[in-house]
Amino acid sequence: MTSYTLDVYMPVIILMALAVGLVVVAVFVAQVLRPFKPSALKEQAYECGEDPVGTAWSNFNVRFYVVSLVFIVFDVEGALMFPVAAIFRKFVAIGEGAVLVGSLLVFISVLVFGIIYCWSKGDLDWVRSFQLSEDQVNQLKGIEEKA
Amino acid sequence: MSPSINDYLNQFEAHRKAIGFISEVLGFDASGLVTFLVFAVASFLVVNVMALVGGLGTYAERKISADIQLRQGPNRVGPYGLLQFLADGVKMLMKEDIFPAQADRTLFNLAPLLALIGVFATLAVLPFSSGFTLTNLNIGVFYLIGVSSLVGVAVFLGGYSANSKWSMLGGMRGASQIISYEVPVTITILSIVLISGGMSFGSFVETQGGFPHQWYILHNPFTFIAFFVFFIGMLAETNRAPFDLPEAESELVSGYHTEYTGMRFGLFALAEYIEVFVLCGVAAAAFLGGYKVPFDLGNGVVFVEKLGLPAIIGKNIGQLLQMGSFLTKTLFLYYVVIWVRWTFPRIRVDQVMTICWKYLTPIALFNLVGITLWVFAFDGQSIWEVLSHLGGGAHGGGH
Repeated sequence: MTSYTLDVYMPVIILMALAVGLVVVAVFVAQVLRPFKPSALKEQAYECGEDPVGTAWSNFNVRFYVVSLVFIVFDVEGALMFPVAAIFRKFVAIGEGAVLVGSLLVFISVLVFGIIYCWSKGDLDWVRSFQLSEDQVNQLKGIEEKA
Repeated sequence: MSPSINDYLNQFEAHRKAIGFISEVLGFDASGLVTFLVFAVASFLVVNVMALVGGLGTYAERKISADIQLRQGPNRVGPYGLLQFLADGVKMLMKEDIFPAQADRTLFNLAPLLALIGVFATLAVLPFSSGFTLTNLNIGVFYLIGVSSLVGVAVFLGGYSANSKWSMLGGMRGASQIISYEVPVTITILSIVLISGGMSFGSFVETQGGFPHQWYILHNPFTFIAFFVFFIGMLAETNRAPFDLPEAESELVSGYHTEYTGMRFGLFALAEYIEVFVLCGVAAAAFLGGYKVPFDLGNGVVFVEKLGLPAIIGKNIGQLLQMGSFLTKTLFLYYVVIWVRWTFPRIRVDQVMTICWKYLTPIALFNLVGITLWVFAFDGQSIWEVLSHLGGGAHGGGH
């Protein structure tokens, strides 16, 4: 492979510009052709014919937050492993593969322990059961009786 | 494989002469300008072909679903209803654009734009053939994974900005699903990087061969599993059934694009269909030998030497064969994606997360360990080469 210049990144910029151009042209052409008769009823949020109650921007299930935290760990680890993976074959070819196998296995074991930890914590279950154990129930009963 | 389409053209005498001629006429060195023009024209071409693929994708989707459900499908506009997607496009242009009163207008406008930017930018590295790849970035697949996650941002923004409950639910589901399935997809791609020894699509495809036993899907038992992990992850990343929860019409009306009308909705749909094609292309390049043609017909040497054709024609016949090979594999996977959509029922949201985190991710990690050890133990040889060594060269497989 020949040396890299920034020339090869030119299509990336051009394609992004084309995407912007397509959106601008499409929306502009639509603006010219389409009817425009706004009314309060039309601009209501769709709730199957009922008047919308409140806003949609409200508290949300915390599960989504946990998933994104777990994702960040895995994604960063994956991103860090890419350069190692790319030079792996060359190291194997000159007989130095054991170093990279070791480092890759350390990385992967971090991920494996991560997923085992999340799993045992119950963070991978979408629907978590909050049923109390018998001990906890008895404890609560004890508190109640004291009161 | 040439680093970009510009380098591919530069090897031809005619192209260099044309640059010289243009430089003479304009009175300055025009090679930079020509480079830009080559990239611009090629990008424009690719975008147009992809828009056509996206349009025909909607047609194919309806025709195949009609076949599966014993219906006719679109058959009025044009021969066999082939022009249906143009009629749909015109209809979307004519539809009134409605902004929900309570929406965040800036983000509402931005979301389809982000989706389209993310999808179009991935086209830059898609290897159609060894010459016609817009640019063979040395970080190819890493770049593709990064840029395509813009679509996830767009899905979430689209759902959030509309301030409608259906949209919000769809957007949240979409975001969590897309980022979750990125984990197994990234890890399976990582295992292919391990075997091929490079992150560019050039190194992915050039280290494979034209015949199925030289493809990475049959390289060793682990890659065979990795292909299916990738394919399932890909379905979820593109919100295709059975993972189409972000736009589940029977429970969330239309999910994250409930409040979108007219052209904005059309742009979302276009981005989605092109993304399916792009990811099918990635699967074909990484696992199914990409643009490789059997008997090395792709480099065109045979046409030049045996048939006596001029180099420029022979080479480009080879390029066409390579493009045919790539498109055949990609469109076959596209067909399978549509087939899966109309065959399997949608799964529940907790099952989506279970499949990703409790099945696909551990399997992908296991595969990664397996492939690391395989490459280390057998010096990156495929199972056929290893077997032929064991059998004293009795089986004639390998490169």
